[in-house]
Amino acid sequence: MTAVLQAQDLGKKYGRRWALRDCTIELPAGHVVGLVGPNGAGKTTLLKLACGQLAPTSGRITVLGGPPGGQAQLTRVGFVAQDTPTYTGLTVAEHLRLGARLNPGWDAALARERIERIGLDPGRRAGRLSGGERAQLALTVGLAKRPELLVLDEPVAALDPLARREFLRGLMEATAEHELSVLLSSHLVSDLERTCDYLIVLVDSQVRLAGEVDELLATHHRLTGPRRDPDRLPADQHVVSARHTDRQSTFIVRAGGPILDPAWTVGRLTMEDLVLAYMEQAAPAARRSRPALAVVR
Amino acid sequence: MIWLAWRQFRATAALTAAALGVLAAVLAVSRTALVEQYAQGIAACAQGGDCERFLDRFFDEHQTPFLGVTAAALVLPALIGLFWGAPLITRELEAGTHLLVWSQSITRTRWLAVKLALLGGAAAMAGGLGSLAVSWWAASLDRAAVDFPLMGPLVFGGRGVAPIGYAAFAFALGVTAGMLVRRPQPAMAVTLVLFTSVQIAMPLLVRPHLLPPSRATFELSPGNVDQLLRGHDGALAVAVDTRVPGDPGAWTLSSRITGPPGAGVLGVPGLAPEDGTHVPVAAASGPCSLQAQPDGPPERSRDTCLDELNRLGYRQDVTYHPSSRFWPLQWYETGIYTALALGLMGLCLWLVRRRQF
Repeated sequence: MTAVLQAQDLGKKYGRRWALRDCTIELPAGHVVGLVGPNGAGKTTLLKLACGQLAPTSGRITVLGGPPGGQAQLTRVGFVAQDTPTYTGLTVAEHLRLGARLNPGWDAALARERIERIGLDPGRRAGRLSGGERAQLALTVGLAKRPELLVLDEPVAALDPLARREFLRGLMEATAEHELSVLLSSHLVSDLERTCDYLIVLVDSQVRLAGEVDELLATHHRLTGPRRDPDRLPADQHVVSARHTDRQSTFIVRAGGPILDPAWTVGRLTMEDLVLAYMEQAAPAARRSRPALAVVR
Repeated sequence: MIWLAWRQFRATAALTAAALGVLAAVLAVSRTALVEQYAQGIAACAQGGDCERFLDRFFDEHQTPFLGVTAAALVLPALIGLFWGAPLITRELEAGTHLLVWSQSITRTRWLAVKLALLGGAAAMAGGLGSLAVSWWAASLDRAAVDFPLMGPLVFGGRGVAPIGYAAFAFALGVTAGMLVRRPQPAMAVTLVLFTSVQIAMPLLVRPHLLPPSRATFELSPGNVDQLLRGHDGALAVAVDTRVPGDPGAWTLSSRITGPPGAGVLGVPGLAPEDGTHVPVAAASGPCSLQAQPDGPPERSRDTCLDELNRLGYRQDVTYHPSSRFWPLQWYETGIYTALALGLMGLCLWLVRRRQF
């Protein structure tokens, strides 16, 4: 299967600050990719680079086999920006007309049907829609363009739980129906848990983890047992995080094979555990510099 | 794209059209009386002989609307820059809608090019229509406005075709400022300051040199001498008018007294050469003395003095742009501003592709 997005040492600098650094990833087609990370980690930067709204400072990025931002790529990549912006003065119907005028591959039937299903009044101005309705409108415009890759930047961040679920359900249905690849960012893992089958964790402008969710969950384990130094674990077990009490150690490890040591109680991880483990990893520099006393206590 | 550009511009266009329509209607109504009064006055004075007095009175009567309408013609391009140009990009950036429209299958360059072409054309048209209405209304007053000559800096910019260029330039300037400043209100402020500066710099620094100015010398007469000042020490100072005799619409760049070869003409300390020049003619005795005026009306004595000055070879020396150059200068200026506007639009198209938003 071909890659929808390939990045090689991709970096983006704003002034002196790197918003994204050394990003090397390859996203296979046909997935719903979740991009998760704390606020300010560089998620928006990566997504804007992917749809050609920004040019990289360093490295290379190709989307659907070409550099993003060109005329050919513009028609093939859809983008729903943060806070799902819409023209407040234009009606719902006018937004669809906008899409029809500006996209050669516009699927008018799909757009009309989706608007009907959601129950949006075509004559209503976008400025008078609720946040959830506006997000649905933006998603409709993004979908009816019939892109091969749809990029969404925190589309549900501002929505209430119900609108959130409906939006994500709509997105899932469309993904299944039209065989499109989706790249979706969120700072909440719970949003992604239901929808994504591929995960990227981005912390401090660097990619910490990327892979298929099933595979990631199968290779990561929580090990609980008598207190032990991380260095004494087998070489194929890479420690993601470690926590110790006086007698006990809890490790989250990435292991190449099954865990055979009978001293460990092996537990499965949820996606949230996994993401948090990698996010915590970002802080070690700060934690390591603290006196050892704090750890022993 | 044209549909979207028009859809977003529709309300503004309607508002501007309505404002211009009201202005044109008011001018059309008031013009009828104006033209009639002018025609009757000219017909009457042509028989009586003193048309200058009629024109003075005619203009005095209508000075306030004249200045108001001229001001409106000068302000219109600035308004277009402020309210069409500056918000064009900044409003999109503020609402984030640039990301919506830029993720459709259209390049940013094309998106902006369509907007610039449509709104730039509309701006030029609005400027042209505004100026047309004002020029049409003010035609008779322009002939009477001796203190505000047609070619002068104030009136010239509110007549003819130049406002077409001003409006297009102001619009492009607003868009550029918006692209660089990115926030609506600061962009408007920057646009206003820059546009005003350019509009002041143009008549001061550029327009006088677009064509080589004419130069002429005139005999001194009550028509071009403003004041004769006799000092107690017997010195005589002459202040000449800035008007060009026989061409009330001309734009005077400089006007001074020149003496016969060898005669020293000195400036009066504290006065510009236009405002008064010492003439080394004895005022203690002879035709210019105070005693030389006992008989007849006061004008008489001045005339004898002026005759004497003319005989001695003193003249008014004027550099000016005659009113026959109105159209050449108008076209030059329109061309310059249009070129500036196109240059700025080119810059905008480059910026929208290269800058990060």
